[in-house]
Amino acid sequence: MHMADALISPTVGAAMYTASAVAAVYSVKKIKEENDLTKIPVMGVTGAFVFATQMLNFTIPGTGASGHLCGGMLLTAILGPYAAFLTMISILLIQCLLFADGGLLALGCNIWNMAFYGCFLGYFLIWSPMMKGQMTRKRIMAASIIGCVVTLQLGAFSVVLETLASGITALPFSVFALTMQPIHLIIGFIEGLITAAVLVFVYESRPELLRNSGNAEASGKRSLKMTLAILAVITVLCGGLFSLFASSNPDGLEWSIERIVDGDLEESDEGAYATAGKIQEATAILPDYAFKNSETVAGTTVSGIAGSAVVVAVCALVCVMLKALTKKKA
Amino acid sequence: MDKLGGAVRELSRIDENLKNQTWLVRLHPLVKLLVSVLYIAMTVSVPVLNIGMLLLMAVYPVVLFITGDVSFRDSLRRLKVVLPLVCFVGVLNPFFDKTPVMLAEGLMVTGGVISMVTLMVKGVLTVLAAYLLIATTGIERICYALRQLHVPQLIVTQILLTYRYISLLLTEMKKTVDAYKLRAPGQRGIHIRAWGSLVGGLLLRSIDRANVLYESMILRGFHGEFYYSGAGKAETADYIYLIAWTVCFIVIRLFGGRI
Repeated sequence: MHMADALISPTVGAAMYTASAVAAVYSVKKIKEENDLTKIPVMGVTGAFVFATQMLNFTIPGTGASGHLCGGMLLTAILGPYAAFLTMISILLIQCLLFADGGLLALGCNIWNMAFYGCFLGYFLIWSPMMKGQMTRKRIMAASIIGCVVTLQLGAFSVVLETLASGITALPFSVFALTMQPIHLIIGFIEGLITAAVLVFVYESRPELLRNSGNAEASGKRSLKMTLAILAVITVLCGGLFSLFASSNPDGLEWSIERIVDGDLEESDEGAYATAGKIQEATAILPDYAFKNSETVAGTTVSGIAGSAVVVAVCALVCVMLKALTKKKA
Repeated sequence: MDKLGGAVRELSRIDENLKNQTWLVRLHPLVKLLVSVLYIAMTVSVPVLNIGMLLLMAVYPVVLFITGDVSFRDSLRRLKVVLPLVCFVGVLNPFFDKTPVMLAEGLMVTGGVISMVTLMVKGVLTVLAAYLLIATTGIERICYALRQLHVPQLIVTQILLTYRYISLLLTEMKKTVDAYKLRAPGQRGIHIRAWGSLVGGLLLRSIDRANVLYESMILRGFHGEFYYSGAGKAETADYIYLIAWTVCFIVIRLFGGRI
């Protein structure tokens, strides 16, 4: 589910970096408040553990299918949401830089899609409430599976929204979503099973390592407040992103007004509307996806492409010559 | 399962690369990080129809690969990680966007084909740019640059710690998996019965190792902060590199479509 740079626009990339940065700064603040230095090496080593484990294939009996471990849910169950989130950031950055798994510009999106949902929602909405009272094997299994399925569904849906908001694909929203969600439902279930197996093993061997409702941060009002704050952020973000996919067909309100005025609604050419329109035109930075008047668009002709190729070739030739000259001198 | 061995080799390859002190390796990490991010942002924002401008953006990786003595072959391996998702998104464009676009007299293609090609070229260029950054800078110096950008100490420390332990855990996991494979010949992946004990056992050992690590860090005076082998201050060459590429990218974005 790692997004590549080519799949997002700079605007979406910057917006998601901001959202992820806010969550990261808040997590750093919470960890500092805990003032527990022992956590730092545990975070580093478990981060490396998750990184290595995600390279393993786990086979599903009788299907031939295989899956990977869900890092977010596993880490949040052991380290808690804040430490898990920061650990996931380091994993995603290293995956991006060392193995090209996800892009540098898309890192904010990947942190949000894979770390935020898994660590925060996975903990506050699923792990913590389900572990209240007594922690049992069944509860751990249920929390792991539900957590992985829900957080992966949210992550996959975010990929769809981010890609469409970037204007990268011509796929309609419904087709893209219907392609992504069912696939990730299966993946989420498999990842849930694997995560459950590992967490149950830890529970049976060293139960004190797992986070449960006895923790201060998971109990009482603070938990509810945090849950509401997270839900508010998601609501604002989803609302903002959904508005970008407004259908070209009239919505209910527009349809009603068109019926009332008996015709199309037209934009005004004067006053504030015109000024706002000019500002919007001048500041719009999302790349166009419209192919209107395509015959007159510069840069799409064969000569344009050939010209660019020649420039790159000349640059390469100059570099090779310069390198040869430097070697000769040396 | 060979992914584990491949990952270990990839890590050592990058470390080996950094021993070759070319002019590109010697540049200030912050400058390289900024230029890389700027390049990626400029590349992905090239309009969908403008393949000419996009090809011009290839100047950056071409120049750096040649003059910086960076292996192009090694970078190609990374494309197989990125291209599947990019292709999945791009390959459906021709089916959904059939707007005719004229490339030359008598040569018509659909908008979907052009957007598909653009997406793939963007995917390749951005991956190459990220590879050039890591291959000529390394994680430790990138962490130094991140600190200079005021990224919180705790996050940077996590990245460094995780990075330092990855090789160790990859090697340990490879040994564990190899031992498992010898006991379960011909089996694809790890069987459901071994999921918990095999991975869980390694997790518990890792946590114990972290506690030992913490004790040794405390004995060596650790109080929550790592010290980096800094890259010093940026020099004239670093500023020239930054300004030259910034101007180059802006010129391509402003005038690239007129070629």
